[in-house]
Amino acid sequence: MNVQSIKGLVQPDRVHRAVYTDGALFELEMDRIFGRAWLILGHESQIRNPGDFFTTRMGRESVIVTRHTDGSVRVLVNRCAHRGARVCDAVAGTAAEFVCAYHGWTYGTDGSLRGVPLPGGYDRPAAEMTKGGLARVPRVATYRGFVFASLAEHGPSLTEFLGPLRASFDDFVDRAPAGEVETAGGVFKHAYHGNWKLVLENHNDTVHPAFVHASSIWAAREQPAAAGEAYSEIGVRQMLQNGAPWEVWENTGLWVAGYGHSWMGDYHDDDRLVAALDHPGFAEYRAALERRLGREGTARVLGELRWNSIVYPNCSFMSQFRQLRVVHPIAVDRTVVHAYSFRLKGAPEQMFRDTIAFSNVVNGTASPVLTDDLEVYERTQHGLGGRRTDWVYLGRGHGGDVAAGDGAFRGGTGTSEVHIRNQFAAWLEYMTAEA
Amino acid sequence: MPTAAHIGSRSEVEQFLYHEAWLLDRGRLDEWLGLFTDDATYWIPLEANQADPFTTSSIVYDDRRLLEIRVRQFQHPRAHARRPAPRTVHQVGNVQVTESEGPEIRVGSTLILIEYRHDRQRVWGALVEHRLRRTADGLRIAAKRVDLVNSEAELDGVVCLF
Repeated sequence: MNVQSIKGLVQPDRVHRAVYTDGALFELEMDRIFGRAWLILGHESQIRNPGDFFTTRMGRESVIVTRHTDGSVRVLVNRCAHRGARVCDAVAGTAAEFVCAYHGWTYGTDGSLRGVPLPGGYDRPAAEMTKGGLARVPRVATYRGFVFASLAEHGPSLTEFLGPLRASFDDFVDRAPAGEVETAGGVFKHAYHGNWKLVLENHNDTVHPAFVHASSIWAAREQPAAAGEAYSEIGVRQMLQNGAPWEVWENTGLWVAGYGHSWMGDYHDDDRLVAALDHPGFAEYRAALERRLGREGTARVLGELRWNSIVYPNCSFMSQFRQLRVVHPIAVDRTVVHAYSFRLKGAPEQMFRDTIAFSNVVNGTASPVLTDDLEVYERTQHGLGGRRTDWVYLGRGHGGDVAAGDGAFRGGTGTSEVHIRNQFAAWLEYMTAEA
Repeated sequence: MPTAAHIGSRSEVEQFLYHEAWLLDRGRLDEWLGLFTDDATYWIPLEANQADPFTTSSIVYDDRRLLEIRVRQFQHPRAHARRPAPRTVHQVGNVQVTESEGPEIRVGSTLILIEYRHDRQRVWGALVEHRLRRTADGLRIAAKRVDLVNSEAELDGVVCLF
């Protein structure tokens, strides 16, 4: 598909359905978007010590993220240099070296080839073969402990790429009284039969909750209030918040920035969910935060109200609720999302328990909330498969965007589809830029 | 000290579990909910051998209040992922009364579940533990833990009840 025909797929307020359904375009996306952009891989707390590693995906590539003996973070393509077998089969662990199951080729935590059994039998000397090793992902960088990598040799720095989204990561980490977060509490892995872009479009779509989540909002409203601090308190309150009135959604800020990123302001008015609002249950937490940041600093950190932040093309996170989702495209109509929870170091343990309770109800594979999102992604994919109608309308709020400084724009209202149009502007740049 | 036989013979326990499965397969969810005590928990751990539901996420961890919401959600006309509800067969096997403590017994069983919805059939396998309590109304579920063999897999949305 040539540049001209790709350009024809994205109009200011609409896109051609092929961007969600065409297998050839998906392959191009893997080369030109997932093969170029900075992708979030995880967090440094997953690889604290030399030899620690975890495996993940970067588009089509299976990769190993390691902490090398010199303390640096390395990202290695998980494919044996010999016959191509996946070298590391574990989700995570600690290893001095990686040994291929097939013919015993052995690699260091920096990917260097350490040993080849029966070396005399190959047509090249061992010294020459061992110059190879596992392919290295060329660029690796971290921001506030979050690990990113890019399969492209050249491109913008991570700092430039993140732009104003750095403040969302700052918000995530600054909320920790010890100034650090760590991932903990398991990883939800949910899948749907739909294109990877659908989940990124949905997270900052503030019109969808009233419709998609109508049943969980209603079921929670029908539930008699419980006395005291039941486990279910967090989950029920969050389901109720999804039913906020329209003026709340309209007035929720929705910002977009370069490279397809976006973030939305917070719509919560529940002081048991939001620490800024002075629920007595947060007193100990606030005191711990004030010991590090002082009263003013604490007010500034807790006054930063961000809900979903989206780092295009593979990350969506909630800094206030310590959730981070990594999007893995599998096929044009198949996507997997891994959802991580984080602990605020130095915060009372109840804060982490709240995070887990929140994650079960919001990101859980059987969540009364998430299951309806997944259902709608699949219905959308199904609808887009038909050929009678080519265009997908993205016109809500079109023409109403306002500049917000630092290269960012803000939707005229919080219910604008500005974040989706912005994602497609980035999509078009990636897809039409020559290598 | 009551013995396991005091609280429920194996045949009584088996009948109870079969009845529970029957209610689920017939879509009689309010009656199913009625089998749980007010302080009950319904737990589907995320991880194999998961120690607790408070410091690790769970596919489901419902107290009575969340379980009532989960069941009620099926009734809403716009419960997109739940209407139509999945058709299911719950096959309960290997029932063993493993322990008794006060008015309660622990019962281990296996579950094979066939689920059909939207032209797709899924098969689930699970190790199940019930904590059953003898009450004035008969046996009731004080806690139910369902360890899916594929709980750690990349799973499509889960709406059926186990």
